[in-house]
Amino acid sequence: MSEQIDQALSRKYDAGFVSDIESETFPIGLDEDVIQRISAMKGEPEWMLEWRLRAYRSWLTMEEPEWAHVHYPKIDYQAISYYSAPKSMKDKPKSLDEVDPELLRTYEKLGIPLHEQEMLAGVAVDAVFDSVSVVTTFRSKLEEAGVIFCPISEAVHKYPELVKKYLGTVVPRSDNYFAALNSAVFTDGSFVYIPKGVRCPMELSTYFRINEQNTGQFERTLIVADEGSYVSYLEGCTAPQRDENQLHAAVVELVAMDDAQIKYSTVQNWYPGDENGKGGIYNFVTKRGICHTNAKISWTQVETGSAVTWKYPSCILKGDNSVGEFYSVALTRGRQQADTGTKMIHLGKNTKSTIISKGISAGNSNNAYRGLVQMGPKADGARNFTECDSLLIGDRCGAHTFPYIESRNPSAIVEHEATTSKVSDDQLFLCKQRGLDAEKAVSMIVNGFCKEVFRELPMEFAVEAGKLLEISLEGSVG
Amino acid sequence: MLKIQNLHASVEQKHILKGLNLDIKPGEVHAIMGPNGAGKSTLGYILSGREGYEVSEGSVDFQGEDLLEMEIEDRARKGLFLAFQYPVEIPGVSNMEFMKESVNAMREQRGEEPLSAAEFLKKAKEACKQVQLPLDFLKRGVNEGFSGGEKKRNELMQMILLEPTLCILDESDSGLDIDALQVVANGVNSQRDGKRSFIVITHYQRLLDYIEPDHVHILANGKVVKSGDASLAKEVEKEGYAFLGQDNAEEAGA
Repeated sequence: MSEQIDQALSRKYDAGFVSDIESETFPIGLDEDVIQRISAMKGEPEWMLEWRLRAYRSWLTMEEPEWAHVHYPKIDYQAISYYSAPKSMKDKPKSLDEVDPELLRTYEKLGIPLHEQEMLAGVAVDAVFDSVSVVTTFRSKLEEAGVIFCPISEAVHKYPELVKKYLGTVVPRSDNYFAALNSAVFTDGSFVYIPKGVRCPMELSTYFRINEQNTGQFERTLIVADEGSYVSYLEGCTAPQRDENQLHAAVVELVAMDDAQIKYSTVQNWYPGDENGKGGIYNFVTKRGICHTNAKISWTQVETGSAVTWKYPSCILKGDNSVGEFYSVALTRGRQQADTGTKMIHLGKNTKSTIISKGISAGNSNNAYRGLVQMGPKADGARNFTECDSLLIGDRCGAHTFPYIESRNPSAIVEHEATTSKVSDDQLFLCKQRGLDAEKAVSMIVNGFCKEVFRELPMEFAVEAGKLLEISLEGSVG
Repeated sequence: MLKIQNLHASVEQKHILKGLNLDIKPGEVHAIMGPNGAGKSTLGYILSGREGYEVSEGSVDFQGEDLLEMEIEDRARKGLFLAFQYPVEIPGVSNMEFMKESVNAMREQRGEEPLSAAEFLKKAKEACKQVQLPLDFLKRGVNEGFSGGEKKRNELMQMILLEPTLCILDESDSGLDIDALQVVANGVNSQRDGKRSFIVITHYQRLLDYIEPDHVHILANGKVVKSGDASLAKEVEKEGYAFLGQDNAEEAGA
């Protein structure tokens, strides 16, 4: 039976099509001129350009990190184009009717209807195509509640005070190599502001799509939940199937003020490359949130795509009684490599964090969990619970766990549990004896393994995530 | 229903079955007894198609088809059910979702519509009741944290739900106290309808006090060495397997 499991994982990547859209794309290469041109394209104010240039200059002094358990050829940053936008976007459409129909079809193919009447009630979408935000739905309804949800490029113009106040406060410009690069060249992304005491009336959602060849996508998301507010935010991503590797280096910053709550969910399905490891997205992402007093941030991620993933959604628990959560399912197959996990930095008293990580490895893939739990000297009574489970499918894949625990407070409690298991021949035999085929059996076993995390996803996303796993496992057994 | 002719099989190059014959008619209950290592469980695995078992000779006809040519899941969908001696756990997958998929796979094979959640639940509750399994077991992970006896009853619950045509019970009595044994036996007896056939594999005669077999076969050294009616089981109970002779007993124990 393990032979069957072994049979190379060769399912089709459903989102792998290329859209024929005329684009305006910068020539490859990166220097200060390019950054000035990006800034000029977006008509940015001087302070924004200055911010980018300072990020660029620190990036030049930095080295690409090599500590992650991933291997890939050196990236040539001069071979990437740093800006691409559908031509028709030049004069930004005011409504959906003015959007290039090909672009709308692209999103429809991806199962993301942008027409408001077709939308699932209660989800507002911001769609980012290559470097620009295409359309944001349900804006007027959100405005009524005082919620700001718009492309970050627009926020720079319309809400400069808010952007200036928070941008780079959670992930500083020179935080790390990829964050610095992003700060220099980010082209779009979403901006969210929830005013004091407001519970955002619907789920907010952004879909990212890389279409152009040889472009990188560098989006930047900033979510500010003011005192006592609540927001649930969903992020999804896909890319066409290409032989070249493409770079995606995003930054997400979350600010949860006193008593605020942010729930951030990601379903990441970037193109993972073919079974021999050709092509695929390099996904180097910095995601971090800061919790003030009594605030709570939950990260939930389902990661099935990308050739290489380097991603550690983290929480800085600065305020007393604040809560950080990280729920993750990371599935790797073929030649995919993932090094993902979280950081929980406990600074305030009685801060709590929970980490549930489920890694599933199949084929020749490598899946690593890397997590840091840090208890600061003032974090009296802080608590962490970590559960880190790995599931292996077949016998040529790897699962690795790198937990880092640093406690500088004797009253803090840190718990770490880890398990590694295999989809066993016995389990498969039981399922088949009950009339299920091997694929159904594996997907059922994997879904059961991930249940604790799926429970944390918003309803529509949980269904999507389950299906995505099923599709990702297609062909993983003979 | 099932006709096994001159079946030879090995596992890990060890020759286990050496020319086994068995003929089971619809509605019949056949008990397979024998010393440890006689090949009783192997028979169950070969019939259900478990990998790692190699058939070198012989044939098995199941309802007019060549059983040995079929995939594991197809055998199951065509009505062959194996109650496991040691059922494996599937953490996080509830009994309910597992059995719903399973029942609907069988229904699809028969060209029937899948059951709705409500219809399924009703049937599942009835099946639980029959084997005295508390209803919250439906919500628990498949065999997850079940006691030995609970696992056996859970197997029976599945059998009742799936309505197979041929049930193979692999030592469904092992490790059970007398009350649990009766529950299992009652579960089996309730499914005897004159059409459904059973192969009851057991080491001890005591299960057969509650499930009365039509035929009893003694399996030793990979062959049926003696067949008879229910009285044969009683004889074995009294005499042990010593009557098989020194050679057989030795090989069987090897």
